Amino acid sequence: MRSCTAFKNILIKDIKTYYIKPPNISWGIIFPIAWTAMFFVKSQTPIDIRAILPGVMSMSILFGTTSMLAVTITFERRHRSFERLLVAPIELSSLMLAKTLGAILFGIANASVPVIFASFLISLSDINWVLAFISVVLMATTSAFLGLFIAVAVSEVFEAQTFSNFFRFPMIFLCGLFIPVSDLPRIIRPLSYIIPLTYGADLLKLSINNDGHIFPILSLVILVTFGVVLFSLSLKNVKRKWIY
Amino acid sequence: MSIIKVENLTKRYGDFEAVKGINFSVHKGEIFGFLGPNGAGKTTTINMLIGLAGITSGSAKLLGYDLTFQAKKAQKYIGIVPDESNLYEELDGFQNLSFCAALYGMKKSERMEKAHELLHRFNLADAGNKPFRAYSRGMKRRLTIAAGIIHDPKILFLDEPTTGIDVASARQIRELILDLNASGTTVFLTTHYIEEAERLCHRIAFIVDGKIVRIGTVNELMSEAQEGTIVQFTLDDASDPGLREALRHRFPEFEEEFISGNIVRIHSPSPTGLMEFMKFFDERKLNIYEAKIIRPSLEDVFVKITGIEINKMAKDKEQYKK
Ligand SMILES: Nc1ncnc2c1ncn2[C@@H]1O[C@H](COP(=O)(O)OP(=O)(O)OP(=O)(O)O)[C@@H](O)[C@H]1O
Ligand SMILES: [Mg+2]
Repeated sequence: MRSCTAFKNILIKDIKTYYIKPPNISWGIIFPIAWTAMFFVKSQTPIDIRAILPGVMSMSILFGTTSMLAVTITFERRHRSFERLLVAPIELSSLMLAKTLGAILFGIANASVPVIFASFLISLSDINWVLAFISVVLMATTSAFLGLFIAVAVSEVFEAQTFSNFFRFPMIFLCGLFIPVSDLPRIIRPLSYIIPLTYGADLLKLSINNDGHIFPILSLVILVTFGVVLFSLSLKNVKRKWIY
Repeated sequence: MSIIKVENLTKRYGDFEAVKGINFSVHKGEIFGFLGPNGAGKTTTINMLIGLAGITSGSAKLLGYDLTFQAKKAQKYIGIVPDESNLYEELDGFQNLSFCAALYGMKKSERMEKAHELLHRFNLADAGNKPFRAYSRGMKRRLTIAAGIIHDPKILFLDEPTTGIDVASARQIRELILDLNASGTTVFLTTHYIEEAERLCHRIAFIVDGKIVRIGTVNELMSEAQEGTIVQFTLDDASDPGLREALRHRFPEFEEEFISGNIVRIHSPSPTGLMEFMKFFDERKLNIYEAKIIRPSLEDVFVKITGIEINKMAKDKEQYKK
């Protein structure tokens, strides 16, 4: 009960002070719109919007979640207000979940922007919504945990930003969204299979375009595993580095 | 009853030992002070006691909870005022207090009531809806203390509560600390201001270089430095050249010292009163304007035990804070 109140208020404070601030909201909207518009301008057939939808959604999630943790954690850590949370009577795992849940919700909200946008342009009737939603949630969670992992590993906000780009751009290239994994050079193909985005993107493609290459249950299991591993590693790092 | 019990507490950062096997306990209801210069290990000790720093070796118990394993349990009962105000810059005073209360699981109605009450009590009612970043240093410190006690902690840790703020705010804060203590809160504070320790603390530990060099009540510490007594008289006329000789003759075991003008100081190896001397001056028809026993100050004690000049310590600190 006690922890519940703390958890809820940490989450609400983050949402109020970080996530629903104009720059973040507009970023979440402009980014997917810009992407969609770019592809739309390139060729104006409705098929294309549908084809790129999983890609735009995945990127919105990835960029939205990973960049926010740099603020909610690294920034608060610099200002030492994070110490307040560390000495509060709330278990470290609940605390870190509360800090990341905001980013997860933000990622999910960001993913829905291109969907809403597309719904005005094309029919979205035969999408497997349940699977799409599950993959969005899992992708948002694993990317938020990746962001958490990075935020805990560094000590400056700019390091967090730089470091996340170091992960983000290769991931977009490798995850099969824009270049199918089977078209990638044989040497770098294994890399595609060690990044969570590949599995999330494949699930999304399956649910939206019925075009998956990986067995969906396997993707689900792998995404959950990534999430658990990244979160536990982050917890371990917090204990080691911040409660030194 | 001791509320904190620390045994051989040690903190090592790499090869560097910041706290070197200290022992002390803090009793329920007291104000316990850690007095020491920069880098003595005061903050490090607090951090271990509040669960913000791991314990390298030794043990620390707070309300019976072993901090190595049960820090989260103990944290419910702890209030913390860190050396630098660390509230949220973008939240206002009221939101900050309410958020801190929520971290300790307080219900919304309870939080709001308590936040209002504290803003009033700490003279911040007008600033309640101003963002924390717009606060002055003294206001920040007061709000940070309010945030530290909003959940009614059993023990309050204050890390240098008055460093870097003006005299009036500092006095206000000292009064707040005394009030809190009077209403039953045990207080652990660190300071490098000797008068502050003397005025506030029931017991004081001198910490230097990661080691506690002395611990005791103000009186205990004082009596240790007191080698004998010094009595001092201000006379209407001490120019009589025979006076010194007469004193020496009458009180052979004492040593007298004539300080500028008409002041006579007499050093006694053992405790002594004023009466004998007053009788002596009276017999010689000398008027006494002032008579007093000079006690060593806590400062003398600290300097004697640690060899560190207090003034320098305070100055270094101010410099460092700037
Ligand atoms: N995280 C850390 N890593 C390495 N050394 C540290 C760390 N924190 C503190 N120290 C060192 O431990 C020693 C004690 O520091 P501490 O902050 O406890 O001193 P203090 O008594 O609080 O001093 P001050 O009056 O300046 O606040 C110092 O020499 C400091 O440099
Ligand atoms: Mg300190």
